[in-house]
This record gives sequence, structure tokens and C-alpha cells, in this order.
Amino acid sequence: MGDQARISQFTDAEIGLKLLEMGCVPGASVKLVRFAPWGDPLAFECNGSIISIRNAEARTVDVERM
Amino acid sequence: MATTDNILHVALVGNPNCGKSTLFNALTGLNQKTGNFPGVTVEKHSGKVRIHAPQAKAARTVNFIDLPGTYSLFPKSPDEEETLLALLQREQSEAPDLVLLVADASNLKRSLLLATQVIDAGLPVVMALNMVDLLEESGFNVNVQALSEALGVPVFALSAREKKGLTQLKHYLAAVQPEPVKESAFQKNLLHTVLPQLDRKVSDDLQKQASAGVPVDVQADTLERYGSIEKNIKSFITNPKPLKALGLTHRIDAVVTHPLSGLLLFLTVMFFIFQAIFSWSEAPMNLIDEAFAQLSDTLRAQLPPGPFSDLLSEGIVPGLGGIVIFIPQIAILFGCIAILEDSGYMARVSFILDKLLRPFGINGKSVIPLISGVACAVPAIMSARTIKHSRERLLTIFITPLMSCSARLPVYTLLIAIAVPEEGAGTFNTRGLILMALYLLGFAAALLTALLMKLWVKSRERSTFIMELPVYRLPQWRVVLFTMYEKAKIFVFDAGKIIVAISIVLWVLASYSLPGRFEALEQKYSTAQVVQQLGAEEAAAQLEAEKLRNSFAGMLGRAIEPVIEPLGFDWKIGIALITSFAAREVFVGTMATIYSAGDADENSLALRQKMMIDTHHHSGRKLFDFPTSLGLMLFYAFAMQCMSTMAVVKRETGTWKWPLLQFVWFGALAWIAAFVAQLAF
Repeated sequence: MGDQARISQFTDAEIGLKLLEMGCVPGASVKLVRFAPWGDPLAFECNGSIISIRNAEARTVDVERM
Repeated sequence: MATTDNILHVALVGNPNCGKSTLFNALTGLNQKTGNFPGVTVEKHSGKVRIHAPQAKAARTVNFIDLPGTYSLFPKSPDEEETLLALLQREQSEAPDLVLLVADASNLKRSLLLATQVIDAGLPVVMALNMVDLLEESGFNVNVQALSEALGVPVFALSAREKKGLTQLKHYLAAVQPEPVKESAFQKNLLHTVLPQLDRKVSDDLQKQASAGVPVDVQADTLERYGSIEKNIKSFITNPKPLKALGLTHRIDAVVTHPLSGLLLFLTVMFFIFQAIFSWSEAPMNLIDEAFAQLSDTLRAQLPPGPFSDLLSEGIVPGLGGIVIFIPQIAILFGCIAILEDSGYMARVSFILDKLLRPFGINGKSVIPLISGVACAVPAIMSARTIKHSRERLLTIFITPLMSCSARLPVYTLLIAIAVPEEGAGTFNTRGLILMALYLLGFAAALLTALLMKLWVKSRERSTFIMELPVYRLPQWRVVLFTMYEKAKIFVFDAGKIIVAISIVLWVLASYSLPGRFEALEQKYSTAQVVQQLGAEEAAAQLEAEKLRNSFAGMLGRAIEPVIEPLGFDWKIGIALITSFAAREVFVGTMATIYSAGDADENSLALRQKMMIDTHHHSGRKLFDFPTSLGLMLFYAFAMQCMSTMAVVKRETGTWKWPLLQFVWFGALAWIAAFVAQLAF
């Protein structure tokens, strides 16, 4: 929680494109802000928006910890 | 072509939550619903306004069309397909002459991605840079001039919520002569890439364009666009440090999405809504009730007796009353839903319930249709268009009618009052608790159905749940009030038409029979022997009952009686079940007509009392005893008694297979539930 990271690459084209279009480009910094009850999905902050994503989907995005 | 009718058609396009619907409301004053949930505007909303240019005496009519929010022209869900097709199909009526691109100034890069796509598709564009008020607060500054030059389209900075900067935009729209849509390589390539994925027919012109295009690598194209946006953005944004307006939203989310407090809050909100529907509406409903009873009496007293007077005072007026009395509950319910959507809470409900709903083959986004289904299944089913996954969407559509809609309320209200004659002492409304139990039962049946469907309908498509959680905002009260007004109006005029028509048909069916039948009965009951034996009053009452039994309506009811006899229902309830297929609330009016109580609303004492003393003509026990009343409520909770819902399911799924399956499955559930109630109590 509160962990900051930088998007390095998308390993899943479909999920990657959706995130891209929502403004999460490779190199953008993301911050984990919240888990839903039962630990899934999670919410992260990117470019001033809060975006929710399932844990399995989030795992397809490679990030570098900051 | 659109331009020949001398109206300027302007399509509003923008990201979800960019304030597009708010701007639409501010421009049209028509105030359709605006919500925070991504894609709440699934229907195409439009509003015409006369706009005057500053100096010229001339004015022009502008038709604003609010299209579903999207992040990109490459659609990912059915409602995003709507946006694309509404923009590009030139043959349709209201084809846009101009695109009003609503950009969220606080998230500009993302808005510019969509903007460049629309511009490259050859459409004439004007940009509304929205939420500049939020920017200025945080020390941001957008150079509108530079942005306009970089994009090559006019840009207007404004705040739709504060209604600032709208005048300049309106003046521009009053005078602008938009260029015709240009041929564009990007549009051809876009269509070439997208059309094969659409499972619906598009115009020949689009097909032709698509065949002239080449495939787009969407990811590469998107990255390239971001690259050039990134390069230019410094020239029109000064002080580009990240916005920090999320503090409050994070603090609220800490409570709202917390495993314990979040779920408690959700249940509390739902409980509060049911209590509100039941208790707040009581006073206005009583007022309406009395007014219509009086109207009926006055008409009967003033008009000369005859079929016309009867039709008016026993058919039309009670039918109308049965609709109007419904307004307070409809308004409260839609008001609550509008507040939940507009504040941003609805998106959190999806977030916290996603994991819970996934095993049933639906997802967090199904919560919106399911909760809206509590108001009315028809718009709820349409709102399922935001669900991308086709099986999850189908399942959501399939189970939504099991959520107890507001049309069931009058049925429940009348029957609860009969089943629970005495108000229990205590803090909570006992009848409210029974009502909530019925809603929960509907929800349980919905989940069970989804589970069965999931096992049966196979899907290899993958399910995703990527969506934005918008910042919390105070609901705009004007929007909430207008939604309440709009929904009540739609209900009165749409449902009202059907209900009044059915009241009339029913009155005729109940008042007439095969030639000679009534005369024979009248003769039988007017003989001196019968009158002496029964007494004049009793003879008249029995004659009325016999007449109804032998009327056309009675014949219909008796025809289906064998099927519903095991449930404790008789032919009178049978008539109501048949007429309810037009709309469930017709049940109350039907009962009123059958018991000819004179006023057809569910709070009517006279109707309730008549129903409570009626006995079943076979068993001789009270017709509306506890098991039968309960069974009837359960029957209405489950059965697919709504023509409009079946029609909309057909439209959304493209086949009669699903609505027919709903009819059979829900009917079976209803019959079994009512039968169990007979056995158990």
C-alpha cells in the first residue's frame, strides 16, 4: 500500500491498450492506493486519476519499483 | 444530409467523467441524468436549443447530442461502439455537423489522445476545455491560444459545473459554418480495423471506406500520439506539476471501500433507500388517494347514470389514480439512484463487490444494472452496455428483471397490508422489513440464475475490470431533482398509457358477456322466490358476482384457473395475472375493477377490506389468507410479467431466445415459490 512504481511495459496487449488509453503510458508513475474487501480488485493512482484493476490484470503490467 | 434541415447537429464527445453530461445539461437546460459512473449515458440523449449570435438578429437551432463517454475511438464496449457509429455514419438522421470535444483540463493528455483521433478522422471539431476552475485552484495554467494552434481547432476554456465561459462557446456555435467531413486515411484505417469486430450491420458507405483502409496497430498508434502530445504539451501548459485534488477522495475511500465499514455502509444505504421509499411516500400517497376517491365520487354523483359514467368512474379514473399514486415512490427511488451515481459512490459499489460477484459469472459493473433494476428493468438492461464481456453482459441482462422493480411496489404494498393487517410496534416498519425480504429474495434468485446460466453458456472470452474511480463530488441537486421529475413524467406518460388502456379494456371485458347471458342471470335473481330467500341486498350482490364470473374477463380467468389452483389462486387472481403482463402495477387496478371498489389505488380501505373478506369459491377459506397473499407476492417477485422488459431484452440480445427463456424460467420459479408458500404456511 502506498508503493510507488514506474510502468516499464505491458505484457498483455488488450489490457495494455486499455490502460494506455486511460493515460497510463510506459514511464508513468503509479501508486498502489487501495485493495477492495477480499483483497481484489486493487486501485492505483496515475496522472491524478484513480483506476481500479483486478489483481490478475495488474500482474500483466511490468513495473519498476521507485 | 444533416445540414439541409437548417439545424446544426453538435455531438458531445469526451472521456468518462470529463463533465460531458454536465456540459450537455448546462447547454440544453434539458437536464438529462449526469452520473460519475463511467458510461452512465448509454442512451443517446439530445436536446435542441435556440442560440442567438451576439450582434446578428438571426438565431439558429442547435441540436446537442450527448454520446457515451469513451477514452478512444477504438471501441472496447457496445456503448463505445455507439459513439463511433454515431460520429461516422453520415446517412443517419442527426448525423453530427460538428463535434464538441469535451476535454478534462485536469487530465489533459488523455483527452488530447481522443481529440487527435477525432480530428484525424476528418470530423470538424471544436474543443471545450472543461474544469478549468479546478486547474486554477492548483496553480495550473493552460495557454488556450497555444493549444488551439497546436490542434488546429478552436478551444474554449469553461467550467460546466460552475456555468462559466459558456457564453463564448454558444456565440461561436450560433455563427459557425462547419466544414464538411473530410475524407481521411485515418478514418478508413480505423474502420478497417474496427468494423470486423462489430457484430452488427453498418452502412454500405462505411463498409466501402473500411475496405479502402489498412489495419492499424492500435498500441503503436496510441504511443505515437502520446509521444507528440508529450512533446507539445509544455508549450501550452505552464507549471505542469501533478494535481493534488485527490486527498479528500482518498480519505472517503478509506471508509467506503474498507472491508468492514464499506460493506456495512453499503447495506445501510440499501436499507435506508427501502425505508425511504416506504415511509416518505406515505403522506403524499394518502393525499393522492383521497383526491382520486373524491373525484370518482363526484363524477358518479354529477354525471347521468349509464355506461359512460360507469366507464369514467369505475374504469378510467381509478386506472389513472393507480398510476398517479405511484409517483412519490418512483421519484424517491430514482432520486436515490441519481444521488448514488452523481456522487461517485456507485463506482465504489462496483469496486467492492466485484470479487463477490465474479463466481456468479457477472462482475462489479453488473451492480449498476442490478441496482437500477430496482427502479425499472428497462433502463437497467440498457445500462448493461458498459459491460464489455459478452457473457457477463448477457447474464446481467438475463437476471436483472428478477430484481424487484418499482412496478412491483404497489402489488407488494396492497398484499403486505392484507397479509400483515396490524402494524407491529417497534422502531422499524414491519411491512418495510417484509418488503426488504422480498427484494433480497429477488436478488438471491438473480444470483442463482446467473450461476446456472454460467454453467450452461460457455465463453472463452476473458473478463476484465479496468475502470476509473471518479473523485467524490457533492451531487448536483438540480440534476437529482430533474431526474426525479423526468422519471416520474416518463412513468406517467409511458406506463400510464398502457395502464389506462388496459383499465378500459378490462372494464369492457368485465362488464359484457356473450349475448343473453347477463339477461338470463338478471332474470334468475329477480324472481320473487330468490329475492325472498336471499333478501334484496344479498340477491343484488350475488347477481354482481355471477355477472363477473360470466363476463368475458371471468371466462378468461376461469380458463387458466386449473393451472393456478394449487397456489390457492382463483379465477379473479387469474384475470389479474393475465392483465399484469402489460405492466405489473395493473394488478391493483384489476383488483379494483373486479371488486368494483370505485377507487383503484393500493391504499384504498374499501378495496383492501373487500379483498380480505372474500373467500375462495372452491375451498371456502379466505381467498387472501396469509399463505396465498405471500404466494402471490412471491409470484410477482419472480414472474416475467412485463412486455416492455421482454421487448428490450430482445433488442439488446438480438434474439427472442433469451426473453422467451426468461419467461419460462421466471414463470417456473414463480409457480414453485407460490406453491411452497401454500405448503409451508
